[in-house]
Amino acid sequence: MKDQPILDTSPKVSDEVRKTTCYMCACRCGINVHMKDGKVAYIEGNKDHPVNQGVLCAKGSAGIMQVNAPSRLKAPLKRVGPRGSGEFEEISWDEALTIATGWLKPIRDTAPEKLAFFTGRDQSQSFTSFWAQGFGTPNYAAHGGFCSVNMAAGGIYTMGGAFWEFGQPDWDHTKMFVLFGVAEDHDSNPIKMGIGKIKARGARVVGVNPIRSGYNAVADDWFGITPGTDGLLILSLIHELFKAGKLDLDYLARFTNASCLVNEDPKSDQYGLLLRNDEGEPLVIDSRTGDLAPWNGEGVEPDLRGTHRHAGVTHRPVFHKMAERFLDVQYAPENVAAQTGIEASRIKRLAADMARVAFDEAIELDREWTDFRGKKHAKMIGRPVSMHAMRGISAHSNGFQTCRALHTLQIILGAVETPGGMRFKPPYPKPATAHPKPHGKVTPGAPLDGPHLGFTHGPDDLLLKDDGSAVRIDKAYTWENPMSSHGMMHMVIANAHAGDPYKIDTLFMYMANMSWNSSMNTKAVMEMLTDKDDSGDYVIPHIIYSDAYSSEMVAFADLILPDTTYLERHDCISLLDRPICEADAVADAIRWPVIEPDRDVKGFQSMLCELGARLDLPGFVNEDGSQKYQDYADYITNHIRRPGIGPLAGWRMGDEGLQDGRGEPNEAQLDAYIKNGGFWMSHVPDEAAYYKPFNMAYQNWAVKMGFYDSVQPYIFTPYVEPMRRYQLAAEGHGRVQPPDHLRERIKATMDPLPIWYAPLSDELTDTEEFPVHALTQRPMAMYHSWGTQNAWLRQIHGVNPLYVPTKIWEQHGFAEGDWAKVTSPTGEITVPVAHMAALNENTVWTWNAIGKRKGAWALEDDAPETTKGFLLNHLIHELLPEQDDGMRWSNSDPITGQAAWFDLRVKIEKTDAPAGNQSQPAFDPQKAPVAKGPKSLAWKVGK
Amino acid sequence: MTTLPTSTEKKLGLVIDLDTCVGCHACVISCKGWNTENYGAPLSDQDAYGANPTGTFLNRVHSYEIQPEAAPAQLIHFPKSCLHCEDAPCVTVCPTGASYKRVEDGIVLVNESDCIGCGLCAWACPYGAREMDATEKVMKKCTLCVDRIYNENLPEEDREPACVRTCPAGARHFGDFADPDSNVSKLTAERGGMDLMPELGTKPVNKYLPPRPKDRDRSEDVDILAPFLEPVAAEPTGFLGWLDKALTTMPGGKN
Repeated sequence: MKDQPILDTSPKVSDEVRKTTCYMCACRCGINVHMKDGKVAYIEGNKDHPVNQGVLCAKGSAGIMQVNAPSRLKAPLKRVGPRGSGEFEEISWDEALTIATGWLKPIRDTAPEKLAFFTGRDQSQSFTSFWAQGFGTPNYAAHGGFCSVNMAAGGIYTMGGAFWEFGQPDWDHTKMFVLFGVAEDHDSNPIKMGIGKIKARGARVVGVNPIRSGYNAVADDWFGITPGTDGLLILSLIHELFKAGKLDLDYLARFTNASCLVNEDPKSDQYGLLLRNDEGEPLVIDSRTGDLAPWNGEGVEPDLRGTHRHAGVTHRPVFHKMAERFLDVQYAPENVAAQTGIEASRIKRLAADMARVAFDEAIELDREWTDFRGKKHAKMIGRPVSMHAMRGISAHSNGFQTCRALHTLQIILGAVETPGGMRFKPPYPKPATAHPKPHGKVTPGAPLDGPHLGFTHGPDDLLLKDDGSAVRIDKAYTWENPMSSHGMMHMVIANAHAGDPYKIDTLFMYMANMSWNSSMNTKAVMEMLTDKDDSGDYVIPHIIYSDAYSSEMVAFADLILPDTTYLERHDCISLLDRPICEADAVADAIRWPVIEPDRDVKGFQSMLCELGARLDLPGFVNEDGSQKYQDYADYITNHIRRPGIGPLAGWRMGDEGLQDGRGEPNEAQLDAYIKNGGFWMSHVPDEAAYYKPFNMAYQNWAVKMGFYDSVQPYIFTPYVEPMRRYQLAAEGHGRVQPPDHLRERIKATMDPLPIWYAPLSDELTDTEEFPVHALTQRPMAMYHSWGTQNAWLRQIHGVNPLYVPTKIWEQHGFAEGDWAKVTSPTGEITVPVAHMAALNENTVWTWNAIGKRKGAWALEDDAPETTKGFLLNHLIHELLPEQDDGMRWSNSDPITGQAAWFDLRVKIEKTDAPAGNQSQPAFDPQKAPVAKGPKSLAWKVGK
Repeated sequence: MTTLPTSTEKKLGLVIDLDTCVGCHACVISCKGWNTENYGAPLSDQDAYGANPTGTFLNRVHSYEIQPEAAPAQLIHFPKSCLHCEDAPCVTVCPTGASYKRVEDGIVLVNESDCIGCGLCAWACPYGAREMDATEKVMKKCTLCVDRIYNENLPEEDREPACVRTCPAGARHFGDFADPDSNVSKLTAERGGMDLMPELGTKPVNKYLPPRPKDRDRSEDVDILAPFLEPVAAEPTGFLGWLDKALTTMPGGKN
C-alpha cells in the first residue's frame, strides 16, 4: 500500500466574509458571502441570524450563479422596434430618466391617476408606496393581490396577524403541527427547521394538501384533500369540537369577541352589528354584576351565556351565533366527506386528536402576567396545537373565508398566542383597526391624501367616485372586492387595456413578469400590451419596466431601467414593511453591496430617489429643490416616517447615545448593521412572550420600541363586524349602496362568521365536463422568475411535466413519455405528462414558472424550459365565464380580490406529441437584449 | 489495484434521516458550491444554459414513490453521496492508487494528481456515488468535506460537512461511528439506522434512518380517541344549556 498523500486540511477559506440578506426567494435569510480576490466564492447561512440560524436552502446556496448569470441586464434600454419585438438600444441613465420624467411630469401636473405603478415582488413597499403617494396616483400596489392577500387579510381581520411574517408555530413547545397547502417560499427555511425540530422530539406533523410532496411527504398523516374544500374540512373540525364542547371557553370569553353582544333584530338597521356604548366600545355582559360593561373595562369578567334586551331588541353574545353556525349538521363529517375527499372517520379522528393534544396535553408555564383588564394570571396555559397555511388555501375564490375558518379553529382551541400554539412576531399582532384605511383622493400636482393600501371597515371606506365607479385602476376597494387590502395587480393590465374604469398613460412596473407567469390568460395579456387603437397608438401609451434580468416582460416595455442583483444593492427589510422578526425577537435587516455592479445598472430604489427628485415629489427634494436622498442607502439612514421612527430600528441616535426602536438618524447606522452581520435584533421580554394582544407587559414594550404610539390591546374577532356592514348595505341599509347585480353575492359571501361556499367558477362551469382540478406548486429548489434560470438549479428543475394521479393515468392509458391536451373553459394547452401516485385522485399539477419563452433568460432556444416547459396560466382567465345577466366577474375572491389561481378545472385527453415535442401554445422567440450564456461553467474564483 | 487499510482509527460518516428529509436539495447545492471552490478541480457544468445541462454533483437527492396496499402512496426523498464504505470496491479497483481510504478517519478520497480518469472506480461503485468531471476528466466524489472538518481557519462549530451545516430540516448528522457514544452511533441505535444494500458486502459507513410509519390515523386502534368527541348535547340549544353549566366551573363564572 502506498503512502497516503499529504493533504492540507486547513486551507484558507476566504479573504473576507461579508454578511447580508438573501433574496433568492421571499424568505430573507441571513447569508455569509465568502469573498476571494473581490469575487463571490461561496455562500452559506449566517448562524447568528434569527430567520435561518445558519441553514440555507438550495436557492440561497446557488446565489453565486445569480451574480454571473448571462441574463443580467447591462444598461438602460429604449425600445426602437415594435412593442414585443425586443428591439432596443442602450441609452445612458440620464437619457432614460429624462424620458421617464418627460412622460411622468405632465401626468403628475394634470392627472396623477394616469400613472399605474405596481411593484411586484417588492420588499421595499414602505418606500415604493411613499414614492407613489408623493406622486399622487391612487394606482399603487405590490403583488399581494395575486399572491396571498386572503391569508394576510384573513389573519389581520380575524386576529391581528396571519402566518409567516406575522406569526409562527411555537416550535419549542408544540406537540401537533397541522400544515395546510403551502407556498414553499413563504417561510421556507423556518418551516423546514421547525419540522425538523418537532420531528426530532417525536411530535406529530399532519399535512392537508392535494399533493404529497415536500413537507407533506414527511407528514405523519396526510389528508389528500380536494382543492378548494379546505374551508369545509376546517368547519367540520370546528363542528366536531363544538359538538364535544372541546373549546377553551375561558379564552373565548376573555380574549375574543365571542362575548360581545350582537343586535338580533332583523328589522333594525343595526341588525348583526355589535352593541356599543357612547364611546363606541363593544359591550359585554359582566358576569360579576350581570350588567353591561365595555369589553375592556377594568376587572370585567365577560360572560358567554346571557342575553340582553335593550330598546326592545334582543342582543346575544357572538358565541351563541358561533354555536348555531358551527353546530349546523351541514358541517358534520358525514356531510362533507364526499366534497372534501376525506373519509368522515378520518375527519373525526383529526378533530379528536386536536382536542386531546389541546386539552389533555396542555402546557402550563409558571409565568405571571397581567391582562389589559388588570387581571393577574399566575400561569400561561398553552394548547400545543399549531398550524401553518399559505397560498394553497388562499388562492381560491373562497380563500378569505377559508383562512378565517382556519384562524377560528385555532382560536376556539385557545391556541393563538399561548404556549405550544401560534405566536405572533413583533410588530404584530396588529388588528385591522390599527392599520390605515385605504386612500385614493387625487389632487393634480400634489400627493395622495394618505397611504394607498389599508383595511376597510364598511361601505364608507370604499374607494368609489361619485358615480359609483372605481377610484383605482385595479378596482380594489369597490363593491366587487370591498376588502382588497393588497390591491389587485392581476387586473391592472386588463383594466388599463379596456379603459375600465378609465384610461391610463403610463404603466410602471417592477419585478413582476406580467407578460408570462405572473398573469392569468398570458397570451391575451401579451396582446393587450401590444394592442393599438384606431389612430395607431398603443392602447397603453407608455410602459416602463425595471428588472435585473432579461425576463419575458422586458420585450413589452418602452423603457427598461435595469436593476442590480441582490448582492450589489442596498435594501432594508424594515419594521415599516414586512420585517424578519421572530416570536421572541423584533428584528430588521439590510442588504448592502457586497460586490459592485460591473454593468451600467442602478438599484431600483436608488433610481426612484433620483426620479422622485426630477419629478419634485414631496419627500424626495430639499427645500431648495435639490435631490434629497442621493441613493437608497441615504434614504434608509435619514428618512423619518414618524417622529423618532425611520426605516431601520437598530442603532438610532438618542440623547445619551445609541438606542433601539425610536431615535434620530445615525449616519453610521448602516455600518453598525454590517458590523452586526446585516441585521438588528432585540428580544421580547419573558413576561411579554405570550398573550401579546392582551398582555400589558408586551403592550408597554411595543410602545417603547415604537411599533405603535400608545398602548392598544384588543381582542380577537372571529366575528368580523365590517363584513356584516357590507351585508347590511346589500340588504338596503345605509348611504353607500352596492349595485343591484352584486347584492346577492355580497349577502352570500360577506358573512361575518366563517362559511364555506364552492369556488365561484364551479357554478359557471360544467363540472362534469371539467372534472379535474389543476394546480401549480413552487419547487423548493427554484423560484418563479424572480432571478434568472440558475445554472445549478435548472439541473434540478429544468422540466415540468403535468403530474397525473393513478386513476386518471389508467383511465386514459397514459405511459411515460405521453402527451396530453388539457382544456379549461377558456383555454387549451398540450403538454408532457408523468405519473404520480401520491396525489388527490382528481388533481393534476405541475411546477410553477419552469416554462419559459424562447429568447428570455439567456437560455438557448432548445432549452427544455422553452420546449417541453409550459405554463398553466394559459388555462386561467382573469374573468369568470359569463353569467345569466351577461356580466363577467373577475376571477378573484369576492371579498379581497385575491386571484383565484387554484379554482382551475380542466379536462384531459391523451394526444400525439406535438411536432418537435414542443409544448403548446408556443410563441415566437423574443429578441433578447443580452447575449446567450457560456456553454460550460467551472466557477472557481480562488487560486 | 489499491489496498484498503485493515482498519481505521475513526469511522467518520453521515446519518441521513429519511423521516425528516423534505427533498429540498439544500445539501446538493451547498455541496456543489463548497466543492466547486475547494478540494481539487471545480465541479463543472456542461451546456449550462442549453438543452441538456449536465454538471458534476457529489451529492444528489432522488425521490421514490411507494404504494402501500391499503394506504395512500408515499414519497420518499433519498439523498445519496459516497458512503465511505469499509470494503470500498472503488478503492481496490483503482489502477494508480489515486483512490484511497484514509487510515485516520476512513474517508474515501481521490488524489486527483494520480487520477488518470479511467472511470473504473465509478463502475465498481454499486451506489453510483462517483462522477467523472467532464471538463477536468478527473473522478470527483464526496470528500466528507475533509477540507472543512479539520479546518483551523473555520470556527469550530463550522467544522462539519457543508451538507450537514446547511440542511434546514436537520436531517443530516455527521460523526464518528467508531465511537459508540457519538451522536451518529446513538441515533443509529435508537432509530434502527440501516445500511444501503448491505447484501453487497461493502460495509457502508453512512447510515440511513428509516421513515417512521405513516398514516397511523387509518389504523383501527384509534378508538381511544372517541371519548374526546363525546357530544355534550344532541341539539344546539342543548349545547347552550351545557354551556351554562360548564361556565359555572370556569374562572370568573357564577358559582
